[in-house]
Amino acid sequence: MAELAGSATHLRHGSSIGQPLTRRDGLLKVTGQARYAADNHPPGMLHAALAVSSIARGRVTGLDVEAARAHPGVVAVMTPANRPALALHPDDKASPFVFRMDLLQDDMVRYAGQPIAVVIGETLEAATEGAALLAPRYAAEPARTGLDEGEVFIPPMVGIGAPSEVRHGDVEAGLAAAAARIEAVYETPAQYHNAMEPHAIVAAWEGDRLSIDTPSQGLTWARDRIAGLFGIAVEDIEIRSPFLGGGFGSKGLIAGPQVLGILAARLVGRPVKLVLRREQMYGPVGHRAPTRQTLRLGADAAGGLTAIQHHVRTASSSFDDFFEPAGGVTHTLYASPAIVTTSDAVRLDTGTPMFMRAPGEASGSIALEGAIDEMAAACGMDPLEFRLRNYAEVEPTTGKPFSSKALRECYAQGAARFGWAGRPLAPRQMRDADGLLVGWGVGTATFPALMFQGQARAVLRADGSGVVEIGAQDMGQGAWTALAQIAADSLGLGIDQVEFRAGHSGLPDAGIAGGSAHTATAGMAIHGAGADAIARLAELAMADGRSPLFGAGNAGVVAREGRLLRRDDESRGETYAEILARAGLGEIEGRGTGAMDPAAQEHYAMHAHGAVFAEVKVDPELGQIRATRLVGAFAAGRIINPRMVQSQYYGGMIWGVSFALHEAAVVDPRSGRVMNANLGEYHVPVNADLPSLEAILVEEVDPHVNALGIKGVGEIGVTGSAGAVANAVWHATGVRVRRFPIAVEAVAGLAG
Amino acid sequence: MNRFDYIRPATVAEAVAAAAVPGSAYLAAGTNLLDLMKGGVMRPARLVDLARVPGLDAIEALPDGGLRIGARVRNADLAYDPGFARRFPAVAEALLSGASAQLRNAATVGGNLLQRTRCAYFYDPASACNKREPGAGCDAREGENRLHAVLGWSEQCIATHPSDFCVPLVALGAVVEIEGQAGRREVPLEEFHRLPGTTPERESVLAPGELVVAVRLPGEAAGFAGHARYVKLRERTSYAFAVVSAAACLRLEDGAIAEARLALGGVAAKPWRVPAAEAVLQGARPGAEAFRQAAEAALAEAQPSGENGFKIELARRILVRALTLAAAGTPERLPALPASPLASHSGVSLHG
Repeated sequence: MAELAGSATHLRHGSSIGQPLTRRDGLLKVTGQARYAADNHPPGMLHAALAVSSIARGRVTGLDVEAARAHPGVVAVMTPANRPALALHPDDKASPFVFRMDLLQDDMVRYAGQPIAVVIGETLEAATEGAALLAPRYAAEPARTGLDEGEVFIPPMVGIGAPSEVRHGDVEAGLAAAAARIEAVYETPAQYHNAMEPHAIVAAWEGDRLSIDTPSQGLTWARDRIAGLFGIAVEDIEIRSPFLGGGFGSKGLIAGPQVLGILAARLVGRPVKLVLRREQMYGPVGHRAPTRQTLRLGADAAGGLTAIQHHVRTASSSFDDFFEPAGGVTHTLYASPAIVTTSDAVRLDTGTPMFMRAPGEASGSIALEGAIDEMAAACGMDPLEFRLRNYAEVEPTTGKPFSSKALRECYAQGAARFGWAGRPLAPRQMRDADGLLVGWGVGTATFPALMFQGQARAVLRADGSGVVEIGAQDMGQGAWTALAQIAADSLGLGIDQVEFRAGHSGLPDAGIAGGSAHTATAGMAIHGAGADAIARLAELAMADGRSPLFGAGNAGVVAREGRLLRRDDESRGETYAEILARAGLGEIEGRGTGAMDPAAQEHYAMHAHGAVFAEVKVDPELGQIRATRLVGAFAAGRIINPRMVQSQYYGGMIWGVSFALHEAAVVDPRSGRVMNANLGEYHVPVNADLPSLEAILVEEVDPHVNALGIKGVGEIGVTGSAGAVANAVWHATGVRVRRFPIAVEAVAGLAG
Repeated sequence: MNRFDYIRPATVAEAVAAAAVPGSAYLAAGTNLLDLMKGGVMRPARLVDLARVPGLDAIEALPDGGLRIGARVRNADLAYDPGFARRFPAVAEALLSGASAQLRNAATVGGNLLQRTRCAYFYDPASACNKREPGAGCDAREGENRLHAVLGWSEQCIATHPSDFCVPLVALGAVVEIEGQAGRREVPLEEFHRLPGTTPERESVLAPGELVVAVRLPGEAAGFAGHARYVKLRERTSYAFAVVSAAACLRLEDGAIAEARLALGGVAAKPWRVPAAEAVLQGARPGAEAFRQAAEAALAEAQPSGENGFKIELARRILVRALTLAAAGTPERLPALPASPLASHSGVSLHG
């Protein structure tokens, strides 16, 4: 990525890690030079448009293919009748990480918005009109759209491989012994990722070799899935994904429409571009499933929790399994002698739900934080005091110690900055000068510190500069910058002396940019690769009688600013270039792997934590709510780039506000169609909705999660924030709204 | 996209002649029309682009102290025109509470009057909609209708008109100037939009091919400038249509209301002027009791069209709020959050 901007304007003091560098790709993006997938136009490229189903369940009984074909500029119409063959059936499911796709395998319709044909044209306009001319006819069956429709069952697992039931202690005994109890039902709606960049693909075949531009959060998984579907070798697939305009989980796995783009290119024998329309993002590329969560809590006279029971009703599609693991937060967050989480589910005529930023944690957190607030109120306690009273010193359901947990400091620093002290206990006590109701709420943030598997390659070149390669993904979070900082430190070079290559499937596997695990996984792989290269270089020097480092063996050497130095005498050293030149080597290479340490995992519970404080103002008669102030304090181990991390926290906190106040897919209960499938009516906050945001980076040293001490920051900001806002609405109004997003009529006391 | 003729007339007369062909549609900024075309909701055979037609983009002072606003004046240009905002502050406030800054920079006065409803069933060609396809039925009636009409609706259509701009305009007695093949005519804005009845596809009194060329505010409407507000309840602070909204314009004499001009938005298929409520206030002392009586009168005929009964009380409350703010006096500067209930209430009146 030679075009990436350098960082000459930044002063460095020793290492790159920890420096608040600005985005190295920022200039490209703000000047429109960053090339996203849909910006590619290889010679001879055609445009594809999806035709999608308007019914949610049934069969396609007719398509006017002739009318579409006859439209000027239409080159081909791909339907189940002529779709090129695949090596795997799209419904084959080899593992929980493989999801079924709709690739025109038959005439069945399983959700509204399902692709039922692809029209390929010389222009986008021709393809689009061709798709409209197909005028599908259907044999429709009634759509199943609600959490009470169809048979309720207990899924064998939730999320990816998590148990659907966790039992710790005796909840009924805990509730029976409690001095105060609450029971509450919280409801969260279906939500859609709505990345700014829609899913897009430009695919070109050359024989059995396939070249693709498409946004992907996981290049190797995407390549392997495509190889399996088409029965071709992974070496014959090249995917370029330098930039993503947001992913949030919806681009974690290659999605059906992207594969349809590849099939279309196969059919016509020319490069094809397929870009989803905004409304087509509300079906085949995943969403956050709705939940209904029932919480029963008990506490003793001193405010100590005696039991937490958390039951989650959710939904998956009729044809595949992803169950929002909303009970997960309850396993780790608050100490209680009895904790039970259970899940059940129904099957709806929707696209299959998928991971969406803080999958499970977001939905579970808003419900748990609300219930904890209700319990605090029932105990007559300040909600922050109540949370501290029930602080988990060890992970409650496993008894494991935490690898690190600076949550107390988060509470303390966040509360101090926010000015929590003096908050009236009772609701509806505060007004501003204009008579608006004011409320303050708190929520605890938590997210597991995960790692996937990743590899990296580091090279030191004859001129003393370095190259680091990893198939990592920058989806806007700042990987181009943060990973380059780790790369520079790993080689003991300044960031401008390291060429950092990422975003390409030909590079070493970086795992998936998801689970808030990318910086840890890719970072550890880079860290290992750099250290390996340095170790090899040191071996060369220490074995070479002409080197000032000769014989440094036991004392060892350190790498710093392009030089190796004797650890016991830093005046003795030489440059990388000198060592390589004397050895007659053009370069020296190192390899590294990043992965979770199973021993540490066995002994420790690993989570990032945070505390979010929210102020809202509410119009008492009209019910309009505005989050006027949010302060989050988060502890997530070592911070590679505080500027990027702050941005990640802001983004997460905004998602929290959105969850509490704005965001919902409105599904017509008869047709199963999402009726607000556009950014005008599917509300997410605008700048004016968030006048003041603050994120505090609380210091935390974690010696166990990985050698770099990185926990991950991508998702935790959503958790805690949503609950804090909802709790603040209660504190402002005295009305506990348990259905999200909080509606004006509910706050105004007018809900039916 | 389907193929269509694209005509770029040089004069209003040419435009009107070009649009006389059935299936024509006028194109101004296209902020609504182009979305409708992309979604397959409207498929005009001919677009008559008004971009080059002279004489449609002026804001002219009239001898009676009123203003004549050309149909192609941009929303933002009008809202930030100092003379306009000073004389018609509630209209400026309404304009600035509409859509987003980007849309306001493009969208026009005429387009604002003629924008289509935001009913999701109208935008979804797979749903039944009498407005889109007469006789097809109305899927909103038993569907997701939380934000639909509570006044003036019919079994055939429960959609609302989404404009903010039109609400204070109708309260202030604006007049629409229309050019057609038969010449020029004028219609009070209050009579410009039609209620759905059995023909929801007919949304205004415009005959096919007729063109809105200007909107006129009479000079006497400027007499309300000292006590004129627009308030809009919405589900996010910007870029959201009104759940309910209200314009209240008062002329106070000796501490009493000499004349009130009131209208509601987001409640019906047209901007809803409420003469009964205006009558309640005539001669009354401004205050909570009188305002509440006016609000009761304004919504006397209201009926839920679905799961939206709450809108009736919200509409009463927002009218009371608009009246309260108007009685307190128009602030010298528009609030940073125009028309927002969450804007600071404590504006200082330098008018009237």
